[in-house]
Amino acid sequence: MSIEISAQAMDAPNRPSTFRMILRNPLSRVGVVLLVVVMCALVAAIVMDWVAPDAPWSADLYHLNEAPGTDGHLLGTDSGGRDVLSRLVVATKATMFSGVIALVVAMLLGLPGGLVAGYYGGRIDMALDWLSSMVMSLPSIIVLLAIVSSLGTSMWISMTALGCMMAPAVFRLLRAQVHAVRNDLYIDAAKVAGLSDLRIIARHVFRVVRGPLVLMVSVMAGVAITVQTGLDFLGLGDSTTITWGGMLGEGFAAMSANPVLFVWPGLAMAVTVAAFFLIASGARDALQRTDGGAAAASRSKATHLKPVPASSDAPPGADDVLAVRGLTVGYPSGGEVVEVVRSANLTLRRGHTLGLVGESGSGKTQTAFALLDLLPRQAMLTAGEVWLDGTEILRLAPRDRARRVREAIAYVPQEPMSNLDPTFTIGYQLIEPMRARGVGRAEARDRAVALLSRMEIRDPERVMKSYPHQISGGMAQRVLIAGAVSTEPRILIADEPTTALDVTVQSEILDLLRSVQEEFGMSIILVSHDLGVIADLCDDVAVMRDGQVVETAPVEEFFARPRHEYSRMLLDAVPDENHVRPDYVEARSARQGAHTGEAHR
Amino acid sequence: MLMILLKRLVAAVILLVAVCVVGFVITGLGDGDPARNILGPEATHAQVAAENHRLGVDRPMLEQFADWVGGVAHGDLGNSYIGDQPVADKIRANLPVTMSMVALSMVVIAVLSLALAVASVYGRKSVDRFVQSLAVIGHVLPAYLLALLLLLVLAVKIQVFPVFGYVPLGESPVEWARSLVLPVLSLTLGSVAGASLQARGSLMDVLDADYIRTLRSRGISGRSLLFRHALRNAAPPWLTSLSLGFVAMLGGAFMVEKVFALPGLGALSVEATTAGDRPVIMGMVLLTGGLVILVNLLVDLAQMWLIPKARTA
Repeated sequence: MSIEISAQAMDAPNRPSTFRMILRNPLSRVGVVLLVVVMCALVAAIVMDWVAPDAPWSADLYHLNEAPGTDGHLLGTDSGGRDVLSRLVVATKATMFSGVIALVVAMLLGLPGGLVAGYYGGRIDMALDWLSSMVMSLPSIIVLLAIVSSLGTSMWISMTALGCMMAPAVFRLLRAQVHAVRNDLYIDAAKVAGLSDLRIIARHVFRVVRGPLVLMVSVMAGVAITVQTGLDFLGLGDSTTITWGGMLGEGFAAMSANPVLFVWPGLAMAVTVAAFFLIASGARDALQRTDGGAAAASRSKATHLKPVPASSDAPPGADDVLAVRGLTVGYPSGGEVVEVVRSANLTLRRGHTLGLVGESGSGKTQTAFALLDLLPRQAMLTAGEVWLDGTEILRLAPRDRARRVREAIAYVPQEPMSNLDPTFTIGYQLIEPMRARGVGRAEARDRAVALLSRMEIRDPERVMKSYPHQISGGMAQRVLIAGAVSTEPRILIADEPTTALDVTVQSEILDLLRSVQEEFGMSIILVSHDLGVIADLCDDVAVMRDGQVVETAPVEEFFARPRHEYSRMLLDAVPDENHVRPDYVEARSARQGAHTGEAHR
Repeated sequence: MLMILLKRLVAAVILLVAVCVVGFVITGLGDGDPARNILGPEATHAQVAAENHRLGVDRPMLEQFADWVGGVAHGDLGNSYIGDQPVADKIRANLPVTMSMVALSMVVIAVLSLALAVASVYGRKSVDRFVQSLAVIGHVLPAYLLALLLLLVLAVKIQVFPVFGYVPLGESPVEWARSLVLPVLSLTLGSVAGASLQARGSLMDVLDADYIRTLRSRGISGRSLLFRHALRNAAPPWLTSLSLGFVAMLGGAFMVEKVFALPGLGALSVEATTAGDRPVIMGMVLLTGGLVILVNLLVDLAQMWLIPKARTA
């Protein structure tokens, strides 16, 4: 019971607003106007059938091919001396009717088929899917010709056949959508509540496919009318019925005597199809209104940077390789800018590791992308300074900025598998960036193999030849670290480098990062929400929340005496704090002791 | 990889057989009295029966189909009811016109749609708007209507291009191209937009992908990023839309042929349809069904070449 109520509650405000959205769209408003014109013609056609059934047939052999506007013939007469306008109006009926037949047949076959195949899956699904792909590999024109050749020119038959040819499109749409919602929670809930399968399908699935289906219907209506007209134009239509296609054929035949005759039925069809198409486009825009704005935005406008107030923070010192002052990043959303990073200040010391913590959505990754000059195109840098090796880079020309950043900063991403191009071998992806920097082919290859073995990959030659889908996640992350190091960066920005990996692999990757940092003498910004990782690897910590950096502190101080309330909350969230927290610090000092010991030796 | 190819090939052959069965059933739905059509209303019943017997249409359906399949296996598509000419000869005579037109159109669509997609992703909004309006034209003006308008304006009024007729490629390449300009234009103008929008959407998705960002972080940019990485990954949906466009284009091609009086498969099919010439229709079913399946196989192959993962799926 409760399910139905909630579903209705969801539906009530939804339907009128979508409809109004469609009407508000300028495209679909034009479409609606055109549709009204066509509907008027349709009504006129039906009325004419009653009042003057002979008008479109009566031929006046003394007035063949009259120009439009003469002698009571608003659009002139055709090659048989018949009034073009009345024929045009009467033809509306047959043409629209043909569209209706095709649509009804397509729906009658496609809807139940798609529902059943998507809902039950298995053999029914396979059989119906094969059937639909067979129908789709038949060019519809050939099927229509074959039908007409054996059963004659009846519009009923040819449009039924066309409906069968269009059914797979409906079937595919419905099957995919039903498939997607089949295992959704509310369907399971409905099953538990004891609803029959049929009612489950009818109630829930239709709610999901309603939108795309409306879209498809209006597109298919246009297609049906186009095909019917084309068939009649070829001379394969029913000669006892007046249609736009038939008139088009007559107009074409009489082109030398009356060149504009074909224009009228052509225009009538174009207007009708345009009406359906414009309404469909409007409906689509209305349904996709949420993601329309972002894609339309142009390249990031870093040119209108607001200056940072001079008092904001201390200028970067000589030992600060990367310093961020008042960085603000926003995204346009419905006419205003939503800021995801607000006046962030960060300082990365040479050879040290800065941990950037905070929950997801706090702006950590956006900050990292801003530093890497990798913000998505719709992002806007609205304020701030980024000092890289003592040079402010945000106010440089984009090309100069990119060059400096690429030279100095490398990136290790979060999700290893999605960060390798699936179409190229690992080897290619390692060699290409080095080649772009002017390293010779053979040398780049040798270096790539050496880097892979440095990343403790056992069979580097084999991995070089592998594609990303042929290696494991842990190995992919090693490859990505190798790729990051291959450009000999001074700074490494690692965005949750272990989150997507198995626990056992996580510590191996962290060890690897640590040893690589020592070997190459890099400074690292480590983005993470895992305080264990932060304690393990970092020297300094910056805590982000809601786009702001709320606390910056050396790591020991942070774990011992967190100043900000939110930092304390984060630390409290770590299970069994009494045990874990001293553990972090202990493990850390032990390791540092070992390091200094090694250095003394 | 070889196994997958083999599997696809077997599936394709099964599909082709199924298509032929459907075609045979459809063309056999009528009264099965082609002799009456051939001999006309004047012929006696005995003459009609004799002619039907000679054509073999008085036999059971299954036997006729087996006979037809047996013939196809030997490259014999049977004889046309009109003039008793071999169907294969008739098709061979008209095939080059339609194939030049369709193949040329597909090339134009492929090149233009990709170029427009790249231009609209990297360029100004005006390119976007241009493609959008092309899409509206493509929906509102089907190929045959476009052909009629082009014929009226460019061939009849301004007389830039020949009004009708086809010149074989072997006779004069220049005239061949000239005779195909308007038909190809009619077939491509509307379809380019669909393929281009598909390519654009796919390209936008790929450009947002994680690995593109990572490649950029390594200093790969500009042409290399676009042509080597982005377009390659964005290609599969675009290729699929091209193959669907090919199926749809055949219908448009038949009508465009009529407008420009081109002696292609359209003319042959329409003639056969009006006359109830079943062998010719069946030949067309086999040919077009085979072409569509072939194109789909080629698209599969192209995807395997582009996307290594598809080789194992």
